[in-house]
Amino acid sequence: MAASTKNADIRLLEKQGAIEINLIGDWIIEKPAPDTAAIFDKLSQGAVTINTQHLGAWDSRLITFLVKLRKYVEKNNQHIDFTTLPEGAQRLLNLAFAVEEREGARKQVKRKTFFATAGTNFLKVLSRSKSLLTFIGEISLSFGRFIRGKANYQRSDLWTTIQETGAEAFPIVSLIAFLVGAILAFVGVVQLVKFGAGIYVADLVAIGVAREMGAIMTGIIMAGRTGAAFAAQLGTMKVNEEIDALTTMGIDPIDFLVLPKLIALIIMLPLLSIYANFLGLLGGGAVALSILDVSPYQYVVQTIYAVQLGDIFGGLFKATVYGVLIAIAGCRCGMECGKSAAAVGLATTAAVVSGIVAIVVSNAIINVIYTILDI
Amino acid sequence: MSFTRSWIFKVTDTHIKVEDLTMAYGDFVIQRDLNFTINRGDVFVIMGGSGCGKSTLLKIMIGLKRPTTGDVFYKGKSFWNSTDSEREQMSRTFGVLFQSGALWSSMTLEENIALSLKQYTDLCTKEISELCSLKLALVGLAGFEDYYPNEISGGMKKRAGLARAIAMDPEILFFDEPSAGLDPISSRLLDDLILELRDSLGATVVVVTHELASIFAIANNSVFLDADSKTMLASDDPKYLRDHSENFTVRNFLLRGEAESLKQ
Repeated sequence: MAASTKNADIRLLEKQGAIEINLIGDWIIEKPAPDTAAIFDKLSQGAVTINTQHLGAWDSRLITFLVKLRKYVEKNNQHIDFTTLPEGAQRLLNLAFAVEEREGARKQVKRKTFFATAGTNFLKVLSRSKSLLTFIGEISLSFGRFIRGKANYQRSDLWTTIQETGAEAFPIVSLIAFLVGAILAFVGVVQLVKFGAGIYVADLVAIGVAREMGAIMTGIIMAGRTGAAFAAQLGTMKVNEEIDALTTMGIDPIDFLVLPKLIALIIMLPLLSIYANFLGLLGGGAVALSILDVSPYQYVVQTIYAVQLGDIFGGLFKATVYGVLIAIAGCRCGMECGKSAAAVGLATTAAVVSGIVAIVVSNAIINVIYTILDI
Repeated sequence: MSFTRSWIFKVTDTHIKVEDLTMAYGDFVIQRDLNFTINRGDVFVIMGGSGCGKSTLLKIMIGLKRPTTGDVFYKGKSFWNSTDSEREQMSRTFGVLFQSGALWSSMTLEENIALSLKQYTDLCTKEISELCSLKLALVGLAGFEDYYPNEISGGMKKRAGLARAIAMDPEILFFDEPSAGLDPISSRLLDDLILELRDSLGATVVVVTHELASIFAIANNSVFLDADSKTMLASDDPKYLRDHSENFTVRNFLLRGEAESLKQ
């Protein structure tokens, strides 16, 4: 086989009713592709032989052509002689045809009509709502077992989760809560000073932080921080079949994995929210005192008069609800995760998005209830 | 990169050479003073008990981990004492099959195989897709182009991983425990496929395994790593080592721990 540096080419010769295919030059993927499509139009009936005298180097490009050629020739019941090919090429060609394509293996792409799509989507929504309700039911049963002291979980898991969702969230909660308090004070000062009512900034900051902002900001931070972590952890466990392993040992994965996370968030979100309230007041106070002409004593007294115990407990109740919602969103997305790396990413995103949506929607509902009940 | 080389290089010539290689994680030395050569067209087995550093040696050979001292030479060219771009150039002549396939789970099998072709060649989409179908047909997975890795079985994942490894017509094929997790028949079929691809692609094959049946079926050269002495004990054809090695540990390993009873 002479080493040639010619580009690949292909020619047809007709000899006494037989067709000879001449393969010329280097059939390698680094060189430009020869025009093989034209050959198939000219392949008239008759036996086919292949001349490889002028074939240089070759790789998979040649084999793809030979595969096409063989399929074409077999379809037309023509005889073809591959024995003139290099030994390696013959073996590869045989290997490519060694295993028949499995019947029905290839995926069929079907275009759906509008109604079919709408119907499928509706059924999907229906089944997802059902699975959400099932999940909430399972969690409730598990919580019941926890109350009766029958839940099967590890105490150490609970404490670790409490540390991860509580103490380790301090820095970010401090920063956000302080700044949100400061922002509230800025907004208030600019407006209230116009009416000579600058001191009422204390009321605005205190009520705003205690009733709404302390809980909601903590909730959103935890949805991004902890909800995402829950989904990623459970999703990866699902991919690695770790959850199946728990089930086969007779351990309820809801009890073992979801329950400690739920309890940890129910305990830690109100506590974090108290801490956030305190830092929010601090941030608001810092801004108000630096802009307004009031003494710190006046400001503190005004704050104390402004906030009722009901405001604080109202905020804490909201925080508890957010904790439950974040835990459910994070754990459900994790437990329903598909079996691939991309699915874990999707589960994490879904956990954060649904967590934040749930927080905002529930906040609106709770506020309506508070207004009706006059709390 | 073309198949013709296997008919040009019928005479034995050194393809891969490992010289004075020491590998360690931090201060913890796993293996030291490794010296062996692999000839073109060999099926070379890296064998040894669990935890002796087989997979680490493979990582060093394919460029995932830097050796503590020593070097690997491909066609006489230093691998670890060359620039990053030279090393990347050399790595393109490798095809690697990872232990569990390591297929990218967010891509279909066709996309898995097409990635390197898209990155490193100027081929048109149609030809890339034809090449992907060919590679899948070669490993017996014709028609599975549009499947995602999580939709196929473990053995099929391995074969799809092999199709991805041969996408660029590599000169050297590396296998990490190819028969792990496969039933004896699938494992045997994979061994046959490895040999068939070696013969037809004219590639050199390096296999990490401790599966004795597989070792004797495919290997014509090997290195034995020992965890206790932290170095290699032998390098030769495993069948020869089994019958003639003077080292007890090597013979004992190759005889499934029955060397003692044979002595009596």
